[in-house]
This record gives sequence, structure tokens and C-alpha cells, in this order.
Amino acid sequence: MKVLMKGNEAIGEAAIRAGCRCFFGYPITPQTELPEYLAKRLPEAGGVFLQAESEIAAINMVYGAAGAGARVMTSSSSPGISLKLEGISYLAASELPCVIVNIMRGGPGLGGIQPSQSDYFQATKGGGHGDYRMIVLAPASVQELADLTAEAFELADKYRNPVMLLGDGILGQMMEAVSFRPRTALPAQDKTWATTGCRGRARNVINSLYLDPEKLERHNRHLQEKFRQMAENEVRSETYRTEDAEIVVVAFGTAARIARTAVDSARMQGIRAGLVRPVTLWPFPDQAIKSVLASCRALLTVEMNAGQMVEDVRLAVAGARPVHFYGRTGGMVPSATEILREIQNIAGVAYGASVS
Amino acid sequence: MQALARPQALTEEKFHYCPGCTHGIIHRLVAETIDELGIGEKTVGVASVGCSVLAYNYFNVDMQQAAHGRAPAVATGIKRVLPDRVVFTYQGDGDLVSIGCGEIVHAAARGENITVIFVNNACYGMTGGQMAPTTLPNQPTTTSPGGRDVKQAGYPIRMAEMLATLDGPAYIARTSVHNPKHVIKTKKAIRTAFEMQMQQRGFSMVEVLSVCPTNWRMKPVDALQWLENNMLSYYPVGVYKTVLQEVRG
Repeated sequence: MKVLMKGNEAIGEAAIRAGCRCFFGYPITPQTELPEYLAKRLPEAGGVFLQAESEIAAINMVYGAAGAGARVMTSSSSPGISLKLEGISYLAASELPCVIVNIMRGGPGLGGIQPSQSDYFQATKGGGHGDYRMIVLAPASVQELADLTAEAFELADKYRNPVMLLGDGILGQMMEAVSFRPRTALPAQDKTWATTGCRGRARNVINSLYLDPEKLERHNRHLQEKFRQMAENEVRSETYRTEDAEIVVVAFGTAARIARTAVDSARMQGIRAGLVRPVTLWPFPDQAIKSVLASCRALLTVEMNAGQMVEDVRLAVAGARPVHFYGRTGGMVPSATEILREIQNIAGVAYGASVS
Repeated sequence: MQALARPQALTEEKFHYCPGCTHGIIHRLVAETIDELGIGEKTVGVASVGCSVLAYNYFNVDMQQAAHGRAPAVATGIKRVLPDRVVFTYQGDGDLVSIGCGEIVHAAARGENITVIFVNNACYGMTGGQMAPTTLPNQPTTTSPGGRDVKQAGYPIRMAEMLATLDGPAYIARTSVHNPKHVIKTKKAIRTAFEMQMQQRGFSMVEVLSVCPTNWRMKPVDALQWLENNMLSYYPVGVYKTVLQEVRG
């Protein structure tokens, strides 16, 4: 059965259905409907909702709860995520599973409250200190917000690592029909490492301090091997009309929805355009991009930022084709017409002045 | 006569603390309390950042190591998931009063049902004796070489008194470990704090005045004397808040 729901609320409902019974967060626009939804629903479901005194306290409550074996989530928006980064580094270092939602708004600084994608670097390149990685999921619809929220908890448990759900103010605020699909039950994760009191077993310690550099390097190697497995197994992306595409647009989340419309318009004008939409931003779908290069003359990366993912697209393309960029910042959203104009310009370069 | 065996709630690991440091005494008092209350298998401890960061190696219970100042938030996360376990934090004054001032105040205000062991030695020990919020006026440290100038660096914070103004806490006490009489009183306060938690009374904290001979540049005995002569007047020991009367009544 489909229900009409706001994106932020759909995340909350999906989390509860995924077995999340624990949420710690702090109010910040444009994600506040999520904690508000959970403040009502979690106690009904026998869970814990706690409004923390700060973003920093919230992520550290997540650390404690995750270490105690709970399926736990926190959410925020850009400036709040900046505050959480130390805690995210600790979570990754201590191998604690949790889901972190970032409903991005325009930055830098206090920025604004309108939608943006300008935390791509922060989400995918670490953000916090030290060598760590986390899977970053980029939904593009309310349905996908729900589906990827459920998947985020499974991935977090599977790898004992934080997973980030990266949306923006449009996705969080808009209403769409959504169905909460029953998921195949995975075998319950045996959290034998959790600190629950050491009755009948050796004591457990959750820690990220290794004063001996050899031990710290060994720990880093272990983490890197885990990150390598994530990169190998968890890449997700979607392609649209790329089979014969000469101009390939690469965009994620809200920008990808708009780019899809622009691709259709370009096709109607006889320009063979296509779209690659990364669903995981880390690991980045290099292969999906490489696989469209055969017919492709040029790529156009479209983002709601000043050009962040375009660096990963260029790494994937490795100089084989020109990679163009179009972006809007500050909470401004690119229109399909603007993107179409960019596609036309690139096509003009590629085809000569006769195509426009 | 009490046998001086190692409490079960301490591991075999050797303490890394400096000669004359009183962390060892306070660790032992916490461990004895855990043994006496028979809660070793249902206790989760939270180590903080500072000299006592390695507490997770010493307490023979499940332990989490928390980011600097965040132990009360981490303990909150654990306790909300496992309300029937006993959760305690062990924090120094740099951790609790400075960088973690927000977390401790709000954990106390929520009446979070955890126990906080707060060790106040009036300086940052681990990093080599810098000025802490608890450093006394005119006390020399590496970052207040001429002595703490209150006109420039402000005044020390009396955490026990501050938290006792809140409605959330069930038990707030300040004790000292500079002589055996006060060690015994500290033990009693720590036990009361843990009992408060076990009785679901809410937040409990014992601030323990402690010495740092290494960073105070003093012989251990002189440090104990300095604590008695200087810290006790600025940080009076006593019970600042308790719901014990209500419990007994």
C-alpha cells in the first residue's frame, strides 16, 4: 500500500521498520520533521527518542548506544554534520554500526536553509580526522529514501561501520507516494562485541586508542581491508538512456531528477544524451562511468554545489573524455532548461554548430 | 582488618600513573564498590580522555572509551539502551569541566541515571600540566607560568556546587583522598553514588580532589599537603545534594 509522506518522515518510518529503536538528535532545518516524527513514533514502538543538548552530544550518544548493541540513528543538516565529524571518526575507528542522515542545506558557514549538495566532499572524503571511509547513500525520491534507510542499517551492521544517508532539503521536504516494502529478513547480527555487561563471557572494550604505532598501523590495515571490501561489494548506480549516449550527464539525488528531464528534452532535439546516477557516492561507481565511455564523446557533471563530485568523475574518466561541469550553489536549484542548454553547448562543441 | 587483595573489578594490568598520583586509590575505591555491590557483570564503564584514558585497561568490566569530554553523552547512550545495567564514567577536570562542560551539565539536568566519578587535580595531567578551569588563582602551570591570573584567565569553576543547583541530580558530593580519613569518606560517597543509580534515583556524581605531584612539581607528600592547604578551602568537601533523606523517609 502506498502512502503520501514527506521525505523526512519516510526516513523515520523506514528506520522503525528496519528495527531502529534508538534516535538521538538535535533540531536543525531542513531535517527537523525526522526527529519530530520519531519523537512520536519511537516511544509507541517501545524505542528511545532523546533530544540531545547538541549535535556533538547526539553523535556521542549514538556511539554509546551502538556500542551497547542497539540499531541507532541520528540526523542533521550540513552545519550540524560538521559538528558530528569527530564522533563519526570515533565510530568508524571503534567499528560501531549506525546510520547518520544528512539533509543538506546551502553552505559554507551557517549558509542558508535551502537545498544543496555541497557536503559531497565532507561525506565521501572523510570529513573527520584519520583514514576512514563510510558508505554514502544518495537517494533521489521519497521511495528511495525509505528503501535506502532500511539498507543503510543492514550495511552498517554488515561492516560494523557508520553509513550516511545523504539527501537534501528538497528530498526531505517534498511529499511523494511511498510504500514500505517488506525486506528479506537477514540473519540477526550477533553483536558479541557489544558492551552489555560481561556476564558469562570475557569483558568487551570499545576503543580507538592505540598508543603503540605498530598496533595502530595494524588496526588501520584491518580497517582498510574492510573499506576495500565495501568498495568491492557495495557500489550502486543507475543508468538512463546511456546505451548509445554521446553526451553523458552524471548527477546524484535531486540534481539527477532534474538532469533526467534535461536528458529527455535533449533526446527530443536529436542529441543522444544519457544519465549516470551514482546511488552510492562512496564507493563511487567508477565502472558505471567507464562503461558508458565507448559511445560517449563528453560528460557533463551537474551538482548543486561548486563542483565536488566532478573530481571523482574526472578520476573515473582518467582524461579519456572531456568532463564538463554545471552547478548552482547557495540553495539555488538548477532547472532542466539550464542543464539542457549545457548539454546543447557541449553537443555543439562535439557535433559542430549545426546541432542546437 | 581488611585484606589487601586486588579487587576483582580491577584487571591484572599495571597502572601507568606517576608515583604519588591518587588515580590508583580512586580506581581501587570504585573497583571495591563494584565488588561489594556485586555488579561487576552488569556494569559498563566509560573512560574519558586525559590521564585516566587507559581506565578501560584497568576496570575489569565492559568498557567504552569516549571522545574528550563526551563521556556523559556516551554513558547516556548506553544507559538508554540498557537501563538495567550500571553505567559509570571516570573523568578528569580538563575533560569534565572544560571541553565536556555541556555534556555533564545536561546529563545532570536530565537526571540521567548514571554515576560520574570526577577526579579534580586542578590541571591537565596527560598533556603535561597546563591550566585547567579548576586551576586555583595564582597556581602556576605551564600555560599560566606566572600563576593563574584571574583578570586574564578568569576564575575556577566549582562543578559540584553548580550541578547541585539543578533538579536532575540525586546525589552530588565532593570528597578528597589526601589522607586515609578522607579516602574512607570518598569510598562511602562512591558507594552511595552507585546505590543511587541502582535505586533508579537519577544522576549521581562524586568529585574527588586529587593530586598531581609530577605536574605540580612537588614530592608526593608535599602534594598531599598542598591539596589540604590550598584546594580544600576553594573546593570544600561535603554532600551538596542528596535525595537520601527522601529515600530513607
